[in-house]
Amino acid sequence: MARIGVFVCHCGENIGRTVDCARVAGEIGKLPGVVHSVDYKYMCSDPGQALIKQAIAEKGLTGVVVSACSPHMHERTFRRAAGGAGLNPFLCEMANIREHCSWIHEDREAATDKAIDLARVIVEKVKRNVPLETIRIPVEKRALVIGGGIAGIQAALDLADGGAEVVLVEKEPSIGGHMSQLSETFPTLDCSQCILTPRMVEVYQHPRIRLMAYCEVDAVEGYIGNFKVTIRQKARSVDETKCNGCGACQKACVVKNVPSEFDERLGKRTAIYVPFPQAVPNIPVIDREHCAYFKGRARGMKKDACGKCKEACARGAIDFAQEDRFVTEKVGAIVVATGYELYSIGKDQPAAGLKGYGEYGYGTVPDVIDGLQFERLASASGPTAGKLLRPSDGKVPKKIVFLQCVGSRDPAKGIDYCSKVCCMYVAKHTMLYRHKVHDGEATVFYMDVRAAGKGYDEFTRRAVEEDGAVYVRGRVSRVYRDGDVVKVLGFDTLNGTPVEIDADMVVLATAMRPRKGIEKLAQTLSVSYDRHGFINEAHPKLRPVETNTAGVFVAGACQAPRDIPDSVAMASAAAAKVLGLFSNEMLEREPTVARVDAALCAGCFHCERVCPYGAVEHKEVRDRKGNLLKVVADVNPGVCQGCGTCQATCPSKSVELMGFTDEQIYAEVNALAL
Amino acid sequence: MRTHGTDAPAHGPLSLRAEMKERTGKNTARCYQCGKCSAGCPMAGETRLRPHDVMRLVNQDARARLLADESIWLCLTCETCTERCPNGCDPARTMDALREMALEASPGSPPRALLAFHRAFLDQVRWTGRSFELGLVADYKLRTGALLQDVATAPGLVARGKLGFVPHPIDGVKEVRRIFEACEEATRAASGKKEGA
Amino acid sequence: MRVGYYPGCSLHGTARELDESLRAVAPPLGLELVEVNDWSCCGATSAHATSHLLSVALPARNLALAEEQGHDQLLAPCAACYNRLASARHAVACDAALAETIEDVLGRPFPSTVAPRNLVEVLRARLDLLRERAVRPLTGLKVACYYGCLLVRPSEVCSFDDPEDPVSMEEVVTATGATPVAWRRRLDCCGGAFSVARTGSVVRLSRAILDDARSAGADAIAVACPMCHSNLDFRQKALVRRGEAELPVLYLSELVGLALGLDAETLGLGRHFVDTKALVERALASKPGPAAKPGPRPSAPAAAAKPASPAAAGTEAV
Ligand SMILES: Cc1cc2nc3c(=O)[nH]c(=O)nc-3n(C[C@H](O)[C@H](O)[C@H](O)COP(=O)(O)OP(=O)(O)OC[C@H]3O[C@@H](n4cnc5c(N)ncnc54)[C@H](O)[C@@H]3O)c2cc1C
Repeated sequence: MARIGVFVCHCGENIGRTVDCARVAGEIGKLPGVVHSVDYKYMCSDPGQALIKQAIAEKGLTGVVVSACSPHMHERTFRRAAGGAGLNPFLCEMANIREHCSWIHEDREAATDKAIDLARVIVEKVKRNVPLETIRIPVEKRALVIGGGIAGIQAALDLADGGAEVVLVEKEPSIGGHMSQLSETFPTLDCSQCILTPRMVEVYQHPRIRLMAYCEVDAVEGYIGNFKVTIRQKARSVDETKCNGCGACQKACVVKNVPSEFDERLGKRTAIYVPFPQAVPNIPVIDREHCAYFKGRARGMKKDACGKCKEACARGAIDFAQEDRFVTEKVGAIVVATGYELYSIGKDQPAAGLKGYGEYGYGTVPDVIDGLQFERLASASGPTAGKLLRPSDGKVPKKIVFLQCVGSRDPAKGIDYCSKVCCMYVAKHTMLYRHKVHDGEATVFYMDVRAAGKGYDEFTRRAVEEDGAVYVRGRVSRVYRDGDVVKVLGFDTLNGTPVEIDADMVVLATAMRPRKGIEKLAQTLSVSYDRHGFINEAHPKLRPVETNTAGVFVAGACQAPRDIPDSVAMASAAAAKVLGLFSNEMLEREPTVARVDAALCAGCFHCERVCPYGAVEHKEVRDRKGNLLKVVADVNPGVCQGCGTCQATCPSKSVELMGFTDEQIYAEVNALAL
Repeated sequence: MRTHGTDAPAHGPLSLRAEMKERTGKNTARCYQCGKCSAGCPMAGETRLRPHDVMRLVNQDARARLLADESIWLCLTCETCTERCPNGCDPARTMDALREMALEASPGSPPRALLAFHRAFLDQVRWTGRSFELGLVADYKLRTGALLQDVATAPGLVARGKLGFVPHPIDGVKEVRRIFEACEEATRAASGKKEGA
Repeated sequence: MRVGYYPGCSLHGTARELDESLRAVAPPLGLELVEVNDWSCCGATSAHATSHLLSVALPARNLALAEEQGHDQLLAPCAACYNRLASARHAVACDAALAETIEDVLGRPFPSTVAPRNLVEVLRARLDLLRERAVRPLTGLKVACYYGCLLVRPSEVCSFDDPEDPVSMEEVVTATGATPVAWRRRLDCCGGAFSVARTGSVVRLSRAILDDARSAGADAIAVACPMCHSNLDFRQKALVRRGEAELPVLYLSELVGLALGLDAETLGLGRHFVDTKALVERALASKPGPAAKPGPRPSAPAAAAKPASPAAAGTEAV
């Protein structure tokens, strides 16, 4: 027979003002099975907790109900108190009569009646609670970081410096990400490469970081503390153990006109290449699509069409026969830092709903470029060696028009969010331009200047006040090539006049979008993403670097448009979270997970299909002789997050969520209805 | 309770924005005054109010000012604004609705020349089922008194066989007339309902 | 292929040559035009500018007639009529209440199954036949394809081609053997309906269009709208400056007719204000095309290399 104790809290005036706590305690005390019912000013205080402990000891309680605030607030407190008195903590539950009752009602009578109902419901549940044991799982103290931009680099360094082993996977031949392409960075105008390169080298040399460039994550199994990751090492066609990065192969390569990705197609590279001179690792890859040798192979030629790089390599590192390899790594936590890409204004779009800008020429006008291309033109290491020359004819542009919000804040083109970074980098671009071309005219079309951040507004004002950028408030309707110039048709909404500019070059601040293919990676990791493809954080305010899957964290521009300071802050935060996780030998998990009754399970695996966390596994049931009887579902308690979707879906009612069994839920409903 | 600026008050006429939504199905509140409409408007150099001004005034409930302004009649309905609006606000359709409202409120409000043209045109359609240009031009000239304007070209049209002299009423002309009447009736009923509300 | 034909009022008046040329090119292109019985005016700008309901009801009557007469597509060669018909259909599709009102006003059922088609999309759907039968390719003729507003905007309503970078007219012109020129103002407004009532605006807008076509090196402008034609052709005398050459403005169907070997009179080329004789002579002087000789069908000239936008693909076209 149940012996339940009920403890009604006044929460000072918070509950007491609207709910007659004494009446609640009195009414509930009359319920069958309730052997103790009291009210008290502050249950969470030490004397309050002592009341609970004392009652458990003296009255031999088999269950405790605390009618107070939200379980989010104090469930742990009261369970610990119950545990301290020798009661299984999961036999203690809370009835929320504050957020769900006193705070939202005014009528004292009615509120008190409702508080009684709420408490009675939980009493009925607790009668059916069974003791549960906290789940404990060991932790693999290695972390996987996906993406080697500034966010991934920062996370990897912080983790490794904090004592964790790190595997850093980067899909390009070199780490560095977009930051390595930038010329100078706001808000201080320091040289991007100068501050980034030392960190890249540090990653390379760190004893606890395993850098895996030109690799991709193929599959992920397991759960927090115990992930098993399959990584594809793409064939470089160069033996990393032999290559010393001398560069002779690149000099020898006959294919010299491949548009350089690093230079945003404004420069050329060879078919065997490192993306940029400071690349880490400084080991080239052969781009098989453009390599003469591989093209010859593809055409079915018997004789080798080329082999110049192989001849040039003194160390015999060129290996045309190399193939993709797969390695598996065991890690306890994962940080996703795959960054962003820029929206393209062309006709071809990567996702449904996105539209290009026909009114700006669909990307066919050579002197209409995007922000990253401008960075390359302004960069000392860029295709023009830092001289600002326009792509069409190599002339110095005397008039540049910058358009903000291209793609961003443009629902008609499929993106309604603000890309956050552009206001700042456009201001930076006008400054860089004016520093290089003193008599140049920089005009910016903008809708709002959003420059919140330390030193940010001052920075954009400097562009106007000191560097003479002209800001025109309005969106541009049309951009087209007109002979030697690029015509820009806009409207100055502040003085009400149409504006027509004959520009030498136009720079579009195009929206930041998540990387192509991010959805697939997110699905592999079981993390959720928004409709644009940005990875969702677990809570927009309180859990900004966690995801909805335990053990997977997020940093940088793959979560939302972010600048470098934001990305770095997120990366350090994610690293701190991971190190916190790794500070435990064992992980404790609430035992409120699903459990399958193998006897009832028919093996339909509906639960497997609906489980958002991939927690359902297949288990073979055999007879004593070892013959296979059936295959049933089995929930991995390490992965299960206790959402209950499987329970709701199971046609044979063979899945139960511990602590929330059907019996318990029906008892609650009945307590209300009967 | 009334959310600021969005809902109609319990009594009195609809706010212009709410009425616009009823007439066009478009939410003008989505306009963030970027001016892309005006930047592409071929008439922006000739009108006092540009498309983005019109959108702003709609959102500010400036009914009298908008309906009295000639600008709404100078829209060519080239749809460039609508095509390029980032927010699907449809300025062209908004202008259509404003013109319609101006006519309902005060049938004499549009510029004389334009109104004369539209009247002449629609009268022809009402009485014959189709329009025929010579009659149209003649009627228009009579209405505006601009008798000499453009006459130089009319003989050219005749010589090229481009002006039919006789209007040919279609068989279903009665039906067309009924359509006109039914539309007018429906419009009257709708505006009566609005005033009564 | 039978298709419902809605000439619209201007094709009986100022745009007679559009009607004539279209009727002339239809048979060689395998089109049978069946004029809708007792069609009425679409209401044009005047209905549109003054009453939304009327601007839907007038076109709806014609769509309903076409439906009753067994058509599933209705060719409206006048871009303005096309736009009104398509807009009406779109408005009714988006607004169930309006759809009901329209049936009341019409006194007819209006299930709205008939798809309005414009001149350009119909010609573009027959490029193969055109290439095959172009006995007099217009080789060397540089043509500025002028879309104006009503064919392509708003793209919600007219979705047959890209609203900012259409290609279909250029494709038709390429198939006639002529060369489309690249120019900027092909989507600008000519002043449209203000032709009579606000001539000043029309002069400004149309002149800019002519100037641009001329500086792009065009020998002629191709149009698919009677209003554009009248603003650019009829008014051109008033628009050209001293010493400037006049630029013939042809309906797309006329160009197609010339390439098909039809004579100028049949195509109504004598009805233009800007003289088309020189242009016609040039066309006549051109060597007979490969189609005149037996042999494989010529591939499209290089200028047609522009990829067709998917929206423009003639999958559901006539
Ligand atoms: C024109 C322009 C100028 C800018 N200027 C400034 C500035 O002056 N100051 C400033 O603070 N910010 C600036 N920014 C913003 C800055 O670029 C970003 O804040 C920063 O690069 C974000 O870093 P990240 O590591 O999150 O992403 P990224 O730099 O995009 O790096 C992501 C990395 O992940 C890799 N990756 C992607 N997918 C995978 C995968 N599936 N597997 C493995 N690896 C993967 C990528 O190859 C890349 O190396 C600018 C942005 C632009 C567009």
